[in-house]
Amino acid sequence: MLAYTARRIVYVVPIVISVALVCFLLVHITPGDPLVAVLPADASQELAAQLRAAYGFDRPLPVQFGLWLLRALHGDLGSSIATGRPVLAEVMRAVGNTVTLAIAAAIIGFTMGILLGLIAGYFRETWIDKVATSFAIAGVSVPHYWLGMLLVIIFSVQLNWLPAVGAGPSGSNSWAWDWAHLKYLVLPAITTSVIPMGIVTRTVRALTGDILSQDFVEALRAKGLHERGVFRHVIKNAAPTALAVMGLQLGYMLGGSILIETVFSWPGSGFLLNSAIFQRDLPLLQGTILILALFFVFLNLLVDIAQAAIDPRIKRG
Amino acid sequence: MSEVPLSATADAALQAAPASKARGYWTTVGRRIMRDKVSMACALVLLLIFLSAILAPWLGLEDPYKGSMIRRLRHIGTTGYPLGTDELGRDMLARLIYGGRLSLVIGILPVILAFCIGTSLGIVAGYVGGKLNTAIMRTVDVFYAFPSVLLAIAISGALGAGILNSIVALTIVFVPQITRVAESVTTGVRNVDFVEAARASGAGAFTIMRVHILGNVLGAIFVYATSLISVSMILAAGLSFLGLGTKPPEPEWGLMLNTLRTAIYVNPWVAALPGAMIFAVSICFNLLSDGLRSAMDIRN
Repeated sequence: MLAYTARRIVYVVPIVISVALVCFLLVHITPGDPLVAVLPADASQELAAQLRAAYGFDRPLPVQFGLWLLRALHGDLGSSIATGRPVLAEVMRAVGNTVTLAIAAAIIGFTMGILLGLIAGYFRETWIDKVATSFAIAGVSVPHYWLGMLLVIIFSVQLNWLPAVGAGPSGSNSWAWDWAHLKYLVLPAITTSVIPMGIVTRTVRALTGDILSQDFVEALRAKGLHERGVFRHVIKNAAPTALAVMGLQLGYMLGGSILIETVFSWPGSGFLLNSAIFQRDLPLLQGTILILALFFVFLNLLVDIAQAAIDPRIKRG
Repeated sequence: MSEVPLSATADAALQAAPASKARGYWTTVGRRIMRDKVSMACALVLLLIFLSAILAPWLGLEDPYKGSMIRRLRHIGTTGYPLGTDELGRDMLARLIYGGRLSLVIGILPVILAFCIGTSLGIVAGYVGGKLNTAIMRTVDVFYAFPSVLLAIAISGALGAGILNSIVALTIVFVPQITRVAESVTTGVRNVDFVEAARASGAGAFTIMRVHILGNVLGAIFVYATSLISVSMILAAGLSFLGLGTKPPEPEWGLMLNTLRTAIYVNPWVAALPGAMIFAVSICFNLLSDGLRSAMDIRN
């Protein structure tokens, strides 16, 4: 297990460096001068050259990348052009809200997905299966930002039960686990949960169906094992794959929250990314994407290791 | 001299064999999918949306760009405006139908482009193997380190708003996914007997890939690509929704949804209409792709 873990960690290093390279290059595919946001329009040639040297934009690209990577490793991702605050601090503060949202959505989406998937898998080709599968297809096909709008229309505009935007009664900085705050979480969390719900349902349904049709299940039943015991075998065999899918979905929720956070003005990393894009705040844009991608990479690593811990066959592959 | 016609006939026979088999196979798949009611219903809905988008100028609709301050945000069912009017008083029915033109192009074109690029890359990587495979597949891995929504937004955010930029961004998102599928199916058939036979008879790598590999892997890659259209439609409209794709006053579903967001307190159901169009197209492509997948799975 230790050897496998070590091998997986070593394999992640080049990925991390390449991810950093992509984030670094993002700023350089941006049309126009990267200094355009800080330079006044009537700046002289000398001032422009001075600033370019100060930011290091006059050096060759590989050198710039090396220096940037070195600073990033020390936790220095530069400062936001819009606010002047360090990028890392800004991103980490916002990521907390995104994690809250993603975990709430994961609890809803995974529970629903596992239940629907198991039921559909057990009652294949019956009307129960058809209903569960339709839910799953609708979940993966719905434009979630539109679903968010629909929920706001129904529960905020028409019924006036839940708030439409924001993350708490007193602004965004003080999250607490009480109803006054939680009611702000309900709609964004339900909206975020539909895609993982759909995907987990489809995965668990396929896994359950496959396992139930295998010979060993027949043998267990023939041996006289009660249904509860058979069910335990189904869970055990489905767990590694289902876990991997759920881990990946959690990563997608963390990294792909921008649309939902924009609809609900949820002050997370996606909302931050949105403002970074429209204020042309390139250091913030770069830093947010880098940190979200690194989250995703490490989550995948954890999933791989967890999967190998449950299922020893994976280590050999 | 006697060798030349021999290998030529052998090659011709090899070329003919998979082609005639493929025709029979696709006829069967076609017949199976025609019997699938859900797939046919979805195909019909999509056909209607496509046809109305293409024929929009000849349908006698209102001008989708012409607004009026005195008839803003009319409700659904208003005489003369069956689906109401938007925040600038433009006819919603006309804008939804015209909106299909841009929305479908920016949603589907990235998948078509990625299908061409990804299939070529994947087949080359899978067939040639070795260092080239490592180079292509490790590059693909890097893009897998980003959640697709984040990657699409990062690229189009860096490139700036615009239809072309959002198409480029989405193509970049889908190329790695299609490449990975193409590579794995190609690796599966590269050592099959008839490929070995073609290689032994002296066929070049390019000919083998074009004639023997392509026909045998295209189906699987195609089904995978059709399943991406749903995601692509949602993402493309999502980019416009954020303000990164289409620019006003163009009718496009994602952008319409964005500009109508402020109207949800006044006329909520009109504001929700563009999203229903995206949902309809997305779910139809998803169900059609599922139907195609099971129709192609002849063994069951």
